[in-house]
Amino acid sequence: MSAGVSVGLEACAKTFADGTRALEPVTLEIARGETLVFLGPSGCGKTTTLRIIAGLEAPDAGGRVRFDGEDVTDIPIERRNVGMVFQSYALFPNMNVAENIGYGLKIRGVGRTERNARVQELVALTGIAGLERRRVDQLSGGQRQRVALARAVAPRPRVLLLDEPLTALDASLRERLRGELNRLLRSLGITAVYVTHDQSEAMVLGDRIVVMRHGAIAQIGTPREIYFEPVSRFVAEFVGAANIVEGTASEGAIVLPGGRIPVPIGRAGKITLMLRPETIFLVPPDAAELKGRVESVTFVGDRQRIVIADAAARPLFVDAPNTIAATPGERVGLRIDPARIRVLPEEGAVIPGPEQSEGTRDP
Amino acid sequence: MLRRLIFAGQLAFTLLVAAFLIVPAVLSMLAGVTVNYFRGIRSGVTLEWMVQVWELYADTIVRSFEVAFATLLFTLIIGVPAAYALHVRGGRLSRLIEEIITLPLAVPGLAIALALLLTYGGFGAFRGSRLFIVAGHVVFTLPFMVRAVMAVFAAIDVKTLDESAASLGASPWRRFRDVIAPNARPGILAGSLMVVTLSLGEFNLTWMLHTPLTKTLPVGLADSYASMRLEIASAYTLIFFIMIIPLLVVMQVLGREKRSAA
Repeated sequence: MSAGVSVGLEACAKTFADGTRALEPVTLEIARGETLVFLGPSGCGKTTTLRIIAGLEAPDAGGRVRFDGEDVTDIPIERRNVGMVFQSYALFPNMNVAENIGYGLKIRGVGRTERNARVQELVALTGIAGLERRRVDQLSGGQRQRVALARAVAPRPRVLLLDEPLTALDASLRERLRGELNRLLRSLGITAVYVTHDQSEAMVLGDRIVVMRHGAIAQIGTPREIYFEPVSRFVAEFVGAANIVEGTASEGAIVLPGGRIPVPIGRAGKITLMLRPETIFLVPPDAAELKGRVESVTFVGDRQRIVIADAAARPLFVDAPNTIAATPGERVGLRIDPARIRVLPEEGAVIPGPEQSEGTRDP
Repeated sequence: MLRRLIFAGQLAFTLLVAAFLIVPAVLSMLAGVTVNYFRGIRSGVTLEWMVQVWELYADTIVRSFEVAFATLLFTLIIGVPAAYALHVRGGRLSRLIEEIITLPLAVPGLAIALALLLTYGGFGAFRGSRLFIVAGHVVFTLPFMVRAVMAVFAAIDVKTLDESAASLGASPWRRFRDVIAPNARPGILAGSLMVVTLSLGEFNLTWMLHTPLTKTLPVGLADSYASMRLEIASAYTLIFFIMIIPLLVVMQVLGREKRSAA
């Protein structure tokens, strides 16, 4: 079952009444049935983008929003047929669970029998059967979240918009609901736009991820692309843990203070590398081309985080299996998976300030 | 020992303060059923004065309630949507409007009455009608309704509720009817209680605005104090208490039931 539409944004920018620029012109296309995640720190413009798609904010003049090619820019939210899940859930306290879920159908004039059937279908789907008569304030956080989701999808919206729907929950519940949400989105086949600042949520849920910063798109790509091939230092550091290392490329190797990594780089001179902590392996120091010294070892449970000094200009973080014995002060060799070394483009080597993001203004 | 002494002292002080506030009210009500106030309660107990008050002032009592409920109606119709608009719109202009609405609280009632008389005194029919009194009361009580409702709006994040109802397809009017107003009920109730009690007891403004045909209860009370026996004025007070206390209790119970049923 494929429900939903493709969503197109054309040069959608947002300047608020007080003159702050919340969003630089953004152009992108969300495919039918795709889950697109907007990821970024607070104030990066991700929620503004979601609200423009919803119709809660109008883009600046010139920006257009299209659903399946149809221009909906001037259509108010109540006639866009979107489903929305808010961070605070925004359940109606004056209605019980069934009334909340059925409200969108009631507005559309769906009769009581049909409405009840749909409510039953949704409480079963979201795992809250039996709570239909409960008042909203008698529900736990997880239950509220499910009601909010059921309410949003009940009228079969053209696109489902989720604004940090799991942020208000505690960590273990968040992880469980993340999995459930993922299954639900897949089974509904609905076009979904998901906003979060949590990179693991983005990885699990997104078909594609849009990393945003300073009101502009930093990178669009699949979770793997974003993780393994970040286009900038910002993306590398925002998504997962990253070692950002400066080195020199010469004669088929990258030269670091602690030795060399035998990987040919197409050019010579100073380069900036991104090394994921799980792609660096500890080896006996004698034969290794890159050497360092164990600075500290932190046991994390499923792995250990080892900090290596002297190998690069700054300490390297290494995620090692929890069975390896390493003691601070010990000399170690490092082997780095050559396929996982990412050379960052030059402009990514310095942290771009707001003035640098101007470059993305013209798509 | 010392602790008990301190407790006894505190209790005595509390009772004294309470008595200071309650005794005059009790005395006044007692005076209303005493045959001769100057000879005290020994002179006997009678309902004669209350009957006389009813004969003389029944119309002012009825009118007071009419004015109070008319005032309530207007403050509801104007105040609740106004509170909604002010809250959702926000910003500097909203705060300015809120201040202007609140201004009549600081301005003496006599000044407001004077302004109303200067402006509308020429409209004979309006000036002579109960509606003129209602207009004055609405100006005076509106801030209480607006502020009580806005306080609830601020507490329940009404803006997001409104947005979520909109995302489900509800028009602005449906949103207001189905979601905003029902959830503002505690504030509407608190505001209504204030408006009704303030309107029933309002004297300053009403005294300036009234005509012999549009006297309300407090104006009648002043009239009876000035021109009748003290016992009659006291009986008047007693009737006022008897009528208003059940009313307030009913309004509060009504609100509580609705809230727990929701």
